[in-house]
Amino acid sequence: MLGLGKKDLMFLLIVVLLTLTAPILLNPFPEGSAMAQFNAGYPDLMQRIAIFAIFAVGFNILFGLTGYLSFGHAAFIGVGSYAMVWMMKLLTMNILPGLILSIVMGGLFAVVIGYVSLRRSGIYFSILTLAFAQMCFNMAYSVLTPITGGENGLGPQIADPRILDAVNTSGSVPEVNLFGLSMRATYKMDLWGRLFQFNAGYYVCGILSVLMFYLALRIFRSPFGMMLRAIKSNQHRLNYTGLNSKPYMLAAFVISGMYAGLAGGLMAAMDPLAGADRMQWSASGEVVLMVILGGVGTMLGPVLGAGFIKYFENIFSKINDSVLHDWFSIFPKWLENLLVGILHPFVGQGWNLTLGVLFMLVVIFLPGGLIEGGQRIGRLFRRKPDAKGPAPASTPAE
Amino acid sequence: MDALILQTLNGLDKGSAYALIALGLTIIFGTLGVVNFAHGTLFMLGAFCAVTLQRIIGISETIIDPTKKDFLGNPLKVEVPYLQAWFGHDTAAAITNWSVPLSLLLTVPVMVGIGVVMERGLIKHFYKRSHADQILVTFGLAIVLQEVIKHFFGANPIPTPAPAEFAGSIDFGTMLGFPPNAIVYPYWRMIYFLFSLFVIGGVFAFLQFTTFGMVVRAGMADRETVGLLGINIDRRFTFMFGLAAVVAGTAGAMYTPINSPNFHMGMDFLVLSFVVVVVGGMGSLPGAVLSGFLLGILESYASMNWIKDIIPGIDQIIIYVIAIVVLLTRPRGLMGRKGVMED
Repeated sequence: MLGLGKKDLMFLLIVVLLTLTAPILLNPFPEGSAMAQFNAGYPDLMQRIAIFAIFAVGFNILFGLTGYLSFGHAAFIGVGSYAMVWMMKLLTMNILPGLILSIVMGGLFAVVIGYVSLRRSGIYFSILTLAFAQMCFNMAYSVLTPITGGENGLGPQIADPRILDAVNTSGSVPEVNLFGLSMRATYKMDLWGRLFQFNAGYYVCGILSVLMFYLALRIFRSPFGMMLRAIKSNQHRLNYTGLNSKPYMLAAFVISGMYAGLAGGLMAAMDPLAGADRMQWSASGEVVLMVILGGVGTMLGPVLGAGFIKYFENIFSKINDSVLHDWFSIFPKWLENLLVGILHPFVGQGWNLTLGVLFMLVVIFLPGGLIEGGQRIGRLFRRKPDAKGPAPASTPAE
Repeated sequence: MDALILQTLNGLDKGSAYALIALGLTIIFGTLGVVNFAHGTLFMLGAFCAVTLQRIIGISETIIDPTKKDFLGNPLKVEVPYLQAWFGHDTAAAITNWSVPLSLLLTVPVMVGIGVVMERGLIKHFYKRSHADQILVTFGLAIVLQEVIKHFFGANPIPTPAPAEFAGSIDFGTMLGFPPNAIVYPYWRMIYFLFSLFVIGGVFAFLQFTTFGMVVRAGMADRETVGLLGINIDRRFTFMFGLAAVVAGTAGAMYTPINSPNFHMGMDFLVLSFVVVVVGGMGSLPGAVLSGFLLGILESYASMNWIKDIIPGIDQIIIYVIAIVVLLTRPRGLMGRKGVMED
């Protein structure tokens, strides 16, 4: 069904189920309890996770499959955001035209940048994409201010034309919506002492991310995906077989650019303000971190990485010294102070430090990311019964 | 004409910083074959060595001055820097005044230490792995170092003034026959330019005229053969990494009066320095220096008003545009050797 094997279909179904029930699953702790701060089931965070999952899955199509490390994907995020906001300003507050335009614009930019950057490979490719992204960032900040709003960012105003919408009489900027369904509409359900929030914006992001995930799954399993893997394992050999690998590369680059454009569009749709800082190289670095942390070249890795980073970013910035003191109050006072002292630089404002350390550890010891970590642990448990049985027959016969 | 000369001069000091960072990057790439994304951070660390020295000099004790009274009639508490208590007022004032040049004494050993620890502790394990992995791990290291500095020194730029003797500007124009105040150039920027020439000259002389440098050059050309001749090339390359770190660090320390250091200055310079290295030619030391100055000067030309009137915003993007053009038309860079890293 859906052009997938049985295993992949199950996999996709699980992903769909997880996405749909996320507002419940991510809210395991009762309201008001000490653990409630670890809940992630509120719309803003879930939207961000879903959006970055789209971005990371798309980036993985390029980096995971072909091994070309782009350091400039934030440019497409920015382009997508601006496209979205301009549609909101000119046409309608309905997000659909904006999303379409942001995908198209992301794709167009990717064609141009990709066509030039892909003339080179290896570090040159990384540096070229970085240079293009920084160029876009600098221009958005300076010359293109009439289009991008420069330092102030770009957001829909009351006076904007919005030619498709009904005349606005409310005196405030109309709500972002999808055919009348406001992105902020939240159905709250108080159940078992927990407050579950089913947010329209999240479901838009979530359903789109599932769709994008499905598309990526199809690409991974397709002959096209196979070709991209061949480029990763040995591009020279592939070229020697008489095959021109450039179009495949460009296609992968454009697809990942469109994913990034969509993610940027969604970002602007959920929070209608687009700023140039989204295009800075650090934003490109972030998606690389997500993909590496989750697991390069795997299906679930980028999603995991995006969720992991966004979730812990949120949690860590909430933890402060008094929370730490609370946790360690069971220890003697000196040990408590020592532990708090050690952990202090890593929490609160120090999330980036934690992320950097974590990232280095993953690159050094676990190049396959969380997925590989999971597999290793899984293997540990599966090995045990084997070890007691007869030795494997891998020893050569006498 | 005077505007052109002024912009050339203005470009020189930024170009010096680019050239010094790019030189270090190229040394590391040429010897160890590693793309060091943390090199800008070394520049930043050097700058913060200057800040640290400034802080150390400022450490003071509180003593009660019995001769003076505050407005309530109690003995006045005054902060006296230890330096002043030990060496007397004049010496202490001189040291404080000259803290930035003096910080080189601190920067050099610190940067050697950081460079050697970094190479032995981390980068050594990445020789065999792909360039992407090297980029990623040094990128992670850059984030960590940057955040550590932010933790200790805060996120705001920290002003570190140049010695008062160099605080003013020189009126170049009058020497060349232009009217006064046409070409005014701060002394410290001139010092910085001369300093960078000195460092670059030193590095080249070291590589060209010493036995150590000769072995390193041989190792850059053919590492395996040098190893087979019984020379411990790894240790020399580690030293070269330390040297590259020192070049970046001193460049950073001396740059502090021009631009107050903050924790992300390294990354801002790094992106540009990479572009510089690529334009100059990966692995070519003269190329790195040349393109550093060239791009610095071109960037400053592009910020002239009449050029900005023709092409708006060109000053923001000129370096990237040049890099893209160079990479597409001459992939080995301006002075890169044929066949080295051309794809």
